[in-house]
Amino acid sequence: MSRQSNRTTDSKKMNSELFTLTYGALVTQLCKDYENDEEVNKQLDKMGYNIGVRLIEDFLARSSVGRCHDFRETADVIAKVAFKMYLGITPSVTNWSPAGDEFSLILESNPLVDFVELPDNHSTLVYSNLLCGVLRGALEMVQMAVDVRFAQDTLRGDNVTEIRMKFIKRIEENLPVGDE
Amino acid sequence: MADEALFQFLHHEVIQYVNAAENGETENGRCITKLESMGFRVGQGLIERFTKDTPRFKDELDVMKFICKDFWTSVFKKQIDNLRTNHQGIYVLQDNKFRLLTQLSAGKQYLEHAPKYLAFTCGLVRGGLSNLGVKSVVTAEVSAMPACKFQVMIQKM
Repeated sequence: MSRQSNRTTDSKKMNSELFTLTYGALVTQLCKDYENDEEVNKQLDKMGYNIGVRLIEDFLARSSVGRCHDFRETADVIAKVAFKMYLGITPSVTNWSPAGDEFSLILESNPLVDFVELPDNHSTLVYSNLLCGVLRGALEMVQMAVDVRFAQDTLRGDNVTEIRMKFIKRIEENLPVGDE
Repeated sequence: MADEALFQFLHHEVIQYVNAAENGETENGRCITKLESMGFRVGQGLIERFTKDTPRFKDELDVMKFICKDFWTSVFKKQIDNLRTNHQGIYVLQDNKFRLLTQLSAGKQYLEHAPKYLAFTCGLVRGGLSNLGVKSVVTAEVSAMPACKFQVMIQKM
């Protein structure tokens, strides 16, 4: 019995279908529990944030990426290292704002939506909103306040999936009084 | 390929969410049922994907062996360590190092929380079996972390 899932024996990699389906089950449950899509989006973002806050630890430990000096470097690390490590895709970084504080991640394939069709009555649901929360939470832990949102989504008929990221400010580290 | 850490975190987040939604009702509560039914749905989908090109299973035991070997390997990267049966429709699957429990302390400290971390997987197995034409009830128990036993009771149609 040869099966594609036996491709890698790398213990760090696992069947992504499990992740995709589990995420789907979660979104389904949220849609049952909440009246409107806005609430579901909010919940997904919140959960993503919780994941991001933890995931950054795992990421820094495994990738040996140091501190980023500017937002461009951050964008590169997110696209080329983080997305690759966790989702196995490499989004392209485009649409820089003149000030260099905003960019877009273009995902040509989104692993979260492999088996998904949005029904008509969920037109405002941002299915992959968890990702926004993850990015926000992770960057907050490295002293960066960012605003993350989906600008385009293939699920809603756009050609590509686009995540727009905007740098807000650097979070100052406040040492507790009397701490050396 | 999604990274395994990602699934672990997501799984944890799902548990937290369901727990909060059920106002922290712990064991035997609706929380477990909800997680189990989510797992059921996922198990159904997974088994469809995994068995696309496998030959038909001969009998119940064959199906169980598949769950213990291939299914477990695809999901948890290891096989079930021990499979026992009374040949009357009860199977006990023992995993000595269950992946979703390895992040919890191995002592007795979090033993009471263990059922929440197993409910989803119970559903996973039940959903998988159900799509292979085997109706079952799956329960789990932990005596010493991170080892656990899944008991599968086959329901005769």
